[in-house]
Amino acid sequence: MRNITIGEIVRGDREVFPPYLYEAYQSTRRRAPMLPLIEVPLTLSELTGPGPAISDITPEDADLTRNAGTGGEAIGQRIIVTGRVLDDGGNPVPNTLLEIWQANAAGRYLHKRDQWPGPLDPNFLGMGRCLTNDEGIYRFLTIRPGAYPWKNHPNAWRPSHIHFSVFGQSMLSRLVTQMYFPDDPLHALDPIMNAVPTEAARKRLIALYDHDVTEPEWALGYRWDIVVRGANATPFESKEGEQ
Amino acid sequence: MIKLPLTSSQTVGPFFGPALLCEDAIRNVLTQPETSGERIRIEGRVLDGDGMPVPDAMVEIWQANAHGRYNHSADQGHALLEPSFLGFGRSGTEEDGCYWFETIKPGRVPFYHEQFQAPHICVTIFSRGLLNHLVTRLYFEDEQTNAEDPILLRVPDERRSTLLARRGNREGMVVYRFDIVMQGAGETAFFNL
Repeated sequence: MRNITIGEIVRGDREVFPPYLYEAYQSTRRRAPMLPLIEVPLTLSELTGPGPAISDITPEDADLTRNAGTGGEAIGQRIIVTGRVLDDGGNPVPNTLLEIWQANAAGRYLHKRDQWPGPLDPNFLGMGRCLTNDEGIYRFLTIRPGAYPWKNHPNAWRPSHIHFSVFGQSMLSRLVTQMYFPDDPLHALDPIMNAVPTEAARKRLIALYDHDVTEPEWALGYRWDIVVRGANATPFESKEGEQ
Repeated sequence: MIKLPLTSSQTVGPFFGPALLCEDAIRNVLTQPETSGERIRIEGRVLDGDGMPVPDAMVEIWQANAHGRYNHSADQGHALLEPSFLGFGRSGTEEDGCYWFETIKPGRVPFYHEQFQAPHICVTIFSRGLLNHLVTRLYFEDEQTNAEDPILLRVPDERRSTLLARRGNREGMVVYRFDIVMQGAGETAFFNL
């Protein structure tokens, strides 16, 4: 992680969000915007969003160990991943869509562009979704993903992670991120995780092992809360209207 | 008031397609037969800093209906709500970097006091190599009200044209062309949102 160029352009809070350009993660080099982001006032367009309206979900969608529909169960360490989606005012975000995707227990994605020689699991699609309940709580049953090799630099391995897509209540709360597992030696070597600017913000991407979530003779439990930007900002602030 | 620290963003990576673009998650077509408004097709390419197509991006849009009403509880305006028009679209990009939507041209939504915004569509872009998503807006080049739009006026003159979709026609369909340039010459104006 030495001698890397870190771009100036950051969306939102610089203590929290990664820069667009983070050269150690090579794909950012030709995809990061180089011109300043435009500062704009919040309007109705940003304070609304599709979050509450998508709801075509079945309970089976949240069980990645069985949702391949083969009748068989995915191989791997069975885990429960649960937590709350909150806004930055501490309010639960109810009835919002979470979509997740991940590698299988061997670290292989079911995707035509993933061709490394890790075995595929016919009973594992690696995708799931659910809606948060009235208290903002979500829950997935899955298997622990393996580490995954990639070609970013020699002997590069992504730490075990689960991708999350969250809508929340407005355009401001839209978030795509990754959840990591505790005590993984690959964290310190991963440029994607290390693009997050502060130790505190990186730590918030790591789930906690929670023995109260663990179910006996069944599955290990992990807890991970997600905090998204609330729509509590006032639209059309007077200074914006007086220009 | 409590102020919880936000969860950081990470890239969508290269392998989101089966989850986010599966049959019941992709939404290229926003309209229903009963949806009112001018039917339009929006299409364009996502391009990187070398001008090369980005074949593994995802584009999401959010828009008001033809009356200028968002299908969302925070919109308490008086414009007509059409419950069957959600106003949300999600498209992947193909090998040639192309994405597309079939939708309607949105109406004007309020800004502040008696002011209105020009018709626009909120656009969000995700891809491998984007540690945060990109946020911008699509405006319509043939729309008179662009000249007084409070957001468009915040965009430096020389960059404003990157937000204007070009109107064309194909087989009787109105097509608005909107390329998204992530970096370099003609870089799209992105917002800090």
